[in-house]
Amino acid sequence: MNAAWQIEVRLAGSVDDAVGHQVENNLGWMGVTAPVSVTTARQFLLVGSIGRAEAERLARDLLADAVTESATVHEHAVWDGRRPHSVTVFRKQGVTDPVEASVKRAAGRLGCRIDHVRTGTTYEFKGPLDDAALSRIGSGMLANTAIEDLRVGVVRIPDIRAAHASTFARREVLLRSVDDATLEKISRDGGLSLSLEEMKAIAAYFVREGREPTDVELETLAQTWSEHCKHKTFTGSVVYNKGRPDEVHFKNLLKETIKAATEKIAHPMCLSVFHDNAGVIAFDDVNALCIKVETHNHPSAIEPYGGAGTGVGGVIRDILGTGRGAKPVANIDVFCVASPDMPAAKVPKGCMHPLRTLRGVVAGVRDYGNQMGIPTVNGAVVFDDRYVGNPLVYAGTVGLMPRSKVTKEVRPGDLIVALGGRTGRDGIHGATFSSAELHAESETVDSGAVQIGNAITEKKVMDVILVARDRDLFRAITDCGAGGFSSAVGEMGAECGADVVLDDAPLKYVGLSPAEIWISEAQERMVLAVQPERIQSLLALCREEDVEAAVLGTFTDTGRLRITHAGILHADMDMQFLHDGLPNTLREATYDPPPLGADPTIAQADVSAWLLKLLATPDIASKEWIIRQYDHEVQAGSVVKPLVGTRHHGPSDAAVVAPVLGSRRGFALGNGIAPRHADLDPASAAEAGIDEALRNVVAVGGDPSHCAILDNFSWGNCRKPDRLGAMVRCAVACRDTAIALGTPFISGKDSLNNEYQADGKTIVIPHTLLVTALAIVPDIAKSVTMDLKAAGNVLYQVGETKEEHGGSALSHLVGVSGLHAPRIDGAAAKSLFAALHRTMTDSLVVSCHDLSEGGLAVTLAEMVIAGDTGAEVDVMKAVASQDATLTARLFGESLTRFVVEVPRGKESSFETAMAGHPCARIGVTTVEPTLVLRAEDQTLLRLKGAELENAWRPSLTAWLAGGHANKEVR
Amino acid sequence: MATPKVLVLRCAGINCNEETAHAWNMVGAEAEQVHLNRLLESPKILDGYAAVSIPGGFSYGDDIASGKVLATELTTALSDALHRFVDRGGMVWGICNGFQVLVKTGLLPGKLKTGRTVAATLTWNDSHRYEDRWVHVQLDGRLCSVVEKHGAIIELPVAHGEGKFITADPADLAALEAAGQVVLRYVSANGGQTSYPGNPNGSVGGVAGVCDATGRVFGLMPHPERFLTPFQHPCWTREKHRTEGDGLSLFRGAMRTLRSS
Repeated sequence: MNAAWQIEVRLAGSVDDAVGHQVENNLGWMGVTAPVSVTTARQFLLVGSIGRAEAERLARDLLADAVTESATVHEHAVWDGRRPHSVTVFRKQGVTDPVEASVKRAAGRLGCRIDHVRTGTTYEFKGPLDDAALSRIGSGMLANTAIEDLRVGVVRIPDIRAAHASTFARREVLLRSVDDATLEKISRDGGLSLSLEEMKAIAAYFVREGREPTDVELETLAQTWSEHCKHKTFTGSVVYNKGRPDEVHFKNLLKETIKAATEKIAHPMCLSVFHDNAGVIAFDDVNALCIKVETHNHPSAIEPYGGAGTGVGGVIRDILGTGRGAKPVANIDVFCVASPDMPAAKVPKGCMHPLRTLRGVVAGVRDYGNQMGIPTVNGAVVFDDRYVGNPLVYAGTVGLMPRSKVTKEVRPGDLIVALGGRTGRDGIHGATFSSAELHAESETVDSGAVQIGNAITEKKVMDVILVARDRDLFRAITDCGAGGFSSAVGEMGAECGADVVLDDAPLKYVGLSPAEIWISEAQERMVLAVQPERIQSLLALCREEDVEAAVLGTFTDTGRLRITHAGILHADMDMQFLHDGLPNTLREATYDPPPLGADPTIAQADVSAWLLKLLATPDIASKEWIIRQYDHEVQAGSVVKPLVGTRHHGPSDAAVVAPVLGSRRGFALGNGIAPRHADLDPASAAEAGIDEALRNVVAVGGDPSHCAILDNFSWGNCRKPDRLGAMVRCAVACRDTAIALGTPFISGKDSLNNEYQADGKTIVIPHTLLVTALAIVPDIAKSVTMDLKAAGNVLYQVGETKEEHGGSALSHLVGVSGLHAPRIDGAAAKSLFAALHRTMTDSLVVSCHDLSEGGLAVTLAEMVIAGDTGAEVDVMKAVASQDATLTARLFGESLTRFVVEVPRGKESSFETAMAGHPCARIGVTTVEPTLVLRAEDQTLLRLKGAELENAWRPSLTAWLAGGHANKEVR
Repeated sequence: MATPKVLVLRCAGINCNEETAHAWNMVGAEAEQVHLNRLLESPKILDGYAAVSIPGGFSYGDDIASGKVLATELTTALSDALHRFVDRGGMVWGICNGFQVLVKTGLLPGKLKTGRTVAATLTWNDSHRYEDRWVHVQLDGRLCSVVEKHGAIIELPVAHGEGKFITADPADLAALEAAGQVVLRYVSANGGQTSYPGNPNGSVGGVAGVCDATGRVFGLMPHPERFLTPFQHPCWTREKHRTEGDGLSLFRGAMRTLRSS
């Protein structure tokens, strides 16, 4: 007999309800000013062959904590579940709930068979709030209606179960004889994001085939040809500045810029670049490192927690699917959001407040990364109001693999095996959705495109894959990302062909159509090509580790993609057309420099005040509140941590990780991002991004001659020539800078169409290039951190200061754009990085910090804060260009600069080593932790470490922890 | 004398198994990483091991509550085997999630000398946030023989969201302390009482780790396996005096115990 019981678990009266308090603290967001108290309860709906006694036993022994909680059991069929002043939130039917499997498993151990579980949370309010207010609070801050339902005044969770199975007939779409308008309508109505030219090419192909396409074929083509999967803008033809003196034609923009640099450099460390899921370089004699950074912008805009979490999950799968599988050893995360102090009234319709977005993405990264057991070791947050409609979420993973497992191949006859999570309706049309612009209705229209992750499922998949790899149980592997099976099988079978049988794909629930199974972006799935003689061993291994696996067909030598379901042939297409049939588009790109801006000037008397203001800006302020929520030490390889210094509070330039336990060889991981530089010149954004990423890894001891970089472009709508023109200029500068520095790009991605339409206005994100650097650290014992070490040491500025305020933090704070964006001297930078690295391997340096946002003054302030050691510096002693003003010396953001602390007695060795490079002794370290800045004999500022820290450390935390919510933000 | 074998337990969501096995091997044990399913198939394999080590992670996603689902596995399907293992002198170690598991099974803190079972739990940090940070802990070696130096203050990292140790009856805490069962306490750098962040979760009495009345079942929230070499400390670039990580001494102490038993 099947019965349904709802079990309500609440905290004992003596236990503090922290979740309730968090809600109370954030009610100010919703315009609630009256005092309100909130208590919470967890809800479990259990359906199975259990009676009241069993339900009560499960409540007591499994669901409620014996010390802190108590439980009430309600018979679902006869219970009205009414509760005034309450909001109950639970997942929509069909949305993955990871708790379900765990409850079923544990209940089984306790002798109870449970078939179905739904979970939810109830919030009870004491205070003057009516149902309308509660409904507003519920959808505004408690539930994300993209994936969750809520009930006001009722805590009973509806018992809804999946639909019955149905058969799906072959469905043809009439394309061959319809007019252009109809073709466009078919694309639009089907959410295919295919252009008219593309629809025409498809129609022409099916004229040659002598029949109409099926819905499955059309979906397959839409996915394969999507901007997200094909990167057709970046790999397409572009004419730049047509009719002008600097007109350039690109046949393939990516090949002629980013990839051209890698080819030209031809670095021997590169083992596999640009054709696998991640770039691979040599690590030591037996191991290789691979790295990938991805964006998950559009899903994170709709559902920050799920979007960011699955972003992390997706990039981890890229690493698992590189070569024949790599072990993820480090994660990085970079977010771009609007300012935390954006007034609620300024948030456009359909957008979330940036703080809600940021909290959500931090929680998503935290939960997925921590549960996977991969340390999140480095990251950044950039604040600019133009990200309000399109927040950016970058997630990256480094993997370690044997050098013998770098390659893969698929042979006809190999079995197609799906491994990992089940397929559901989640994430349908993610590939095409992420290629479209967002608008005010996206939140409701596209909620099906949001995926929800389950990190534990992926952890199990990871464990199995690494063992299967070492036992040679498969020949090739790739991940199911955007486009699901369609993308994974389509790519793996591109050179040979594939016969796919969808019947055995494990499904979350019945009722999925063949097209849905084929393109679903359900998470945590991998596709393997398995030698038939190894399949039993692989399936046995999967059973041992509770991982589901199913054979989905065979790779063939027919050159065709054939898909059947229930004996019906739903697709039979030429692989070559699928992969090469996309019509090449010629796009126009134009670049016009913006009008000249003005430089900020700071009065001498105000230097202290501006430094303190800079330290408190969210871009510069401590990110400790975020960093501490990430496990940055799991796997025990973290050597230079994200927080360093006397009290573990200083901001590291980069992370150093020693991924092989017992070995002292490591790698440094850093990022560079300078979107505001792009407002003045996208070339500067490329140079500053690459320079910053390199500065960061060099500052901690990374070897610049053994360093690879990655590009990630997040751009506006590149069908518009000015956006594309900026991207061309940026990509060309990437090429030139990489060649000059000798650092090859080994992987990259682009996310276009980051524009938001609301209230008749378009918000375009700043052109945003994230550069990630991965450098070998030959001996981790030579790593250097940024905290000042001891009094009596000598401070140097390495690098030259120029009058460059374009896009600087000070310019932004003052409200000007700056006149010149910083530019790089690539050849000089290359030899400076090499010389500085040698001083570290020769143990001449005890601390080093790069100069980035806020320039020399902020760098020194951070070193003083982190080291609880003072610094006395004459800024006029630093190497600077003739025209450099005092403001530039203090706060300018010229590239390729560092502050270096050298122990007394090693100055002459250091100076000899740096001979020929801009490098000057600027001051000394002192016992008293105070920063003193002078211009020759004039004192510009004298600030105690505590004053600096009080400006820098709590600023962003106060926003994120909700302290500001009731005051400034309404 | 044979090398003591340590079973390092794996299951869905446990993720500190590699470094935990590495730590055991560093002190001369022979660590084997064994999946829970193998143990469920043949609980008798426990006979071949001197210690069971439950590493950190998020077993079964910490769904329902941290460690609860794995604890249910252990107290149902493996209950007899585990009790036999402890009764014959086997050592059981839980780190972080492993500690949460042992508390949720009731093995920790277990019974008082009076025979009464202490009801205790590890619940949400006062901050209600998962946090990774380094703490000072003081060791009590009166009962638990893994402690090399009674009263020593060492540094270790913690990384958890649910690490606040509480007993249902506050008097039980005093009884545990008196019996030497509170093996690790969060303290300030000089051994004084401490509050957040020195006590990262609000544990009453600063409890960071406890053992049972035999001293052989032991669990702690901090991660000793993450501090085996000097380079794992956040300040190693400024504090050059260390020759090893503080966590190593706990594994060495455990090995000494295993060798002598």
